[in-house]
Amino acid sequence: MHNIILILLATFLRIGLLSIGGGYAIIPLIQEQVVNNHGWLSLQEYLDIITISQMTPGPLVVNTAAFVGIRIAGVSGAVVATLGSVFSGFIISILLYNFFKKYKHIDSISNVLKGLLSSSVGLIASAAVTIIAVAFFGTTTINFSTINIAAIMVFAISVILLRKFRLNPMLIIAATGVLGLILY
Amino acid sequence: MQPNKLKTHLMLLRITFSISAFTFGGGYVVIPMMRKYFVNDLELISEQELLDMAAIAQSTPGAIAVNLAVLVGYRISGIAGAIISCVGTILPPLLILSVISSFYKAFRDNKIISAILKGMEAGVAAAIIDILIDMWQGIRKEKNWLLTLLVPAAFIANFIFNINVAIIISTSSILCLAQGYFKKKREGKPNA
Repeated sequence: MHNIILILLATFLRIGLLSIGGGYAIIPLIQEQVVNNHGWLSLQEYLDIITISQMTPGPLVVNTAAFVGIRIAGVSGAVVATLGSVFSGFIISILLYNFFKKYKHIDSISNVLKGLLSSSVGLIASAAVTIIAVAFFGTTTINFSTINIAAIMVFAISVILLRKFRLNPMLIIAATGVLGLILY
Repeated sequence: MQPNKLKTHLMLLRITFSISAFTFGGGYVVIPMMRKYFVNDLELISEQELLDMAAIAQSTPGAIAVNLAVLVGYRISGIAGAIISCVGTILPPLLILSVISSFYKAFRDNKIISAILKGMEAGVAAAIIDILIDMWQGIRKEKNWLLTLLVPAAFIANFIFNINVAIIISTSSILCLAQGYFKKKREGKPNA
């Protein structure tokens, strides 16, 4: 029991450290550890987790950690695996934040932070295209045979409400959820 | 603990918990939500600070939703704030996954939940597009060709060529470091 907690902690520390960038890129990384290396989940169970992770709030890595942890070692397993998955992000982001704060008067360092912002916008845009494709076409690729006109209209109205009237994004997401109940 | 500090910590816990409970469709949607609460409503941090934190959160290992909450908490109330925001962010998924792990198949196949989530996809996409437009306008304002060019470059590298995010981030950091260095050198010359 004690041993499995330590293995869970070590594995999710590792997953947390390697899962840079988030999104779909980290799916095979977690699979490698949880399915292939440790056999904690079958491939089908892991695919179920990805589905559930998209159905529940929270990051994939945290959701997987909580799910695997509770199945392998109960509540303490879920807590340990989850903490392990966020630990390196916690430490490294604070270190980086302090680094940029301390050296912000040095042009080349503050330029690096601006560059990180630029590349982040490109990366978020890349994720956004996938999210939009799923919302409009039901697949991760652009496929006009399965186009969903209602979703496109809801999207367009939401963008207008957000940009013109500065509505709370949480309110928009909740409202579109209720609309989904009516539409689908 | 001082009553004021306690109040701040409870506020951090409450906001990060509720934001996390709404983080559907990937972590990026936390950026507009954080902006709504911490920049627009509470005015605890500036928009530029939040975007800088988002860039750091995205460039650090781990989930951007957790990293960004940690940084916002740290900025507002030091290490204690970082820990509280981190806990507030991981509690909703931890609780929900722990509860549904025993009947996740029924949950997965539930038609009502699927319909709500299908509807939410359009809202999540809209919230991300909204913040992306603002971020893009902010970058254009810098009037720096490299910073402007890095946006489509990172997009193409990631979306079309599937290049690893770590490689994209390190390459852009090296380019910007070099640009800052040469700019400084050029500006310094007339005086030298």
